[in-house]
Amino acid sequence: MAQKQYGAATVEVDAEGFMTDLSQWTRDIAAAIAKEEGIAELTPAHWKVVDYIQKEFKENGQVPSIRKLNKSGVTSTKELYDLFPGGPAKKAAKISGMKKPEGCV
Amino acid sequence: MKRLVILGAGTGGTIMANLLRRRLRKSEWAITVIDRDNDHYYQPGFLFIPFGFYKREDIVKPRSKFLPRGVEFIVSEVDRIDPATNEVVFLDESRITYDYLIVATGAEIVPAETPGMLDGWRDTIFDFYTPDGATALAEKLKALPGGRIVIHVNETPIKCPVAPMEFAFFCDDCLRRHHRRDKIELVYVTPLPGAFTKPVASKALGAMLDEKRVQMVTDFNAERIDAAARKIVGYDGREIPYDILVTVPTNMGSEMIERSGLGNEFRFLPTDPHTLRSKKHENIFAIGDATDLPTSKAGSVAHFQAEILAANVVRAIEGKPLEPAFDGHSNCFVEAGKRKAILIDFNYDVEPLPGRFPFPVVGPMPLLKPSRINHIGKAAFRWIYWHLLLPGRPIPFVPARMKMAGKKRPAEMDGAASSGTK
Repeated sequence: MAQKQYGAATVEVDAEGFMTDLSQWTRDIAAAIAKEEGIAELTPAHWKVVDYIQKEFKENGQVPSIRKLNKSGVTSTKELYDLFPGGPAKKAAKISGMKKPEGCV
Repeated sequence: MKRLVILGAGTGGTIMANLLRRRLRKSEWAITVIDRDNDHYYQPGFLFIPFGFYKREDIVKPRSKFLPRGVEFIVSEVDRIDPATNEVVFLDESRITYDYLIVATGAEIVPAETPGMLDGWRDTIFDFYTPDGATALAEKLKALPGGRIVIHVNETPIKCPVAPMEFAFFCDDCLRRHHRRDKIELVYVTPLPGAFTKPVASKALGAMLDEKRVQMVTDFNAERIDAAARKIVGYDGREIPYDILVTVPTNMGSEMIERSGLGNEFRFLPTDPHTLRSKKHENIFAIGDATDLPTSKAGSVAHFQAEILAANVVRAIEGKPLEPAFDGHSNCFVEAGKRKAILIDFNYDVEPLPGRFPFPVVGPMPLLKPSRINHIGKAAFRWIYWHLLLPGRPIPFVPARMKMAGKKRPAEMDGAASSGTK
């Protein structure tokens, strides 16, 4: 398992940089991952999504799908693409400290 | 007298009726199967209709023919399940009480989920996941002078995730045989980052698309379809023009599940991945496409689940703990054109790998590689489906749980691949 340095913190990551231990996650690390993903600053709209993903994961053990995020009232699919350009499902999960979302086969 | 109710007489529901009628004493247990019609379609056959290999009548039989004696079959539309009173409520508000319930209501396409999709429906936009759609598409393809066919997966998960790729392979093959391949452009559009979700198979199938000159557009999520201008518009602003759009619309569970308040955001029933019991209700179980499990939505999965589910229903009835035995086993023949097919065999933890099946070395079926014998296997499967699979008889040498013997992980994929499979 690879490790990655964010400021003073060292975290466990997989081959694609997804964190594998959510307990190591902090808001500062999230901001640093976001920068790597091309998001200069996490706005309150970003944090609403991140908080919702983490809440869902803690309750259900699953990263919510885009469809679920859209239905949650927290955000819309369109807004997700604006907030996390290029791949909202993967980017939002990565910033939230989740493992890489399992595509269903 | 106690009652077990099975909702849905498709692949999973029919197998369960056959397995459980043999295991539950007729003097103690009534079994009632409910479906809204009496047409059992061999769903893998839909793919063959647009190319003229099958017609609708070749792949449909009465559901009642495959249910065993001693099972009551009701053809009626169910409005909802009421888990508080253990009742199934029909549209006319009549009710039937269950002691145990098995949900086997499958998945269906929902084109209305994508704005604009219904505007060009069966004019320039087609599906091949319904008998009507596949038949209409056969007519359209026959008369097609040339142009751009876009094969599109709208959203995952979908039933039979390899079907749209098989469609592309068949298109290429069919057009070549009719010397029309140069007049038609084939494009494959997917929300996934590659041809398949798992790395080894994604690489192998992606290479095949390339070889057959099918352009691939990945990570594409459709926001809407502009049927008048004949283009798909993505959330990221990309636009894909088409002359014919062959789409796999969003797949969802039955509306009845939603009316019952039992579904997730796709109307699939939250189900324990290993015991197949509902996560919420102790006397409700689920099988096949109706579940929310992270496995393929495919008949083979329902078949592998059936043995395990039958044993667990019997255990639950006897008050014994359930066996967490289901491993996500899935097994699919992928038609590759030129009378060859690829075979893939995988589960929750092990992605499709090359090798031999069902026996190491001697096979006879090679895994993840086009071959004639796999094509023959797929063709023979229609017979196996009606005569062995639905009656719940064992299929020789193919166990419910996946076997590692015969499979080989390509050396260069080690490490990288293992991180992708979990």
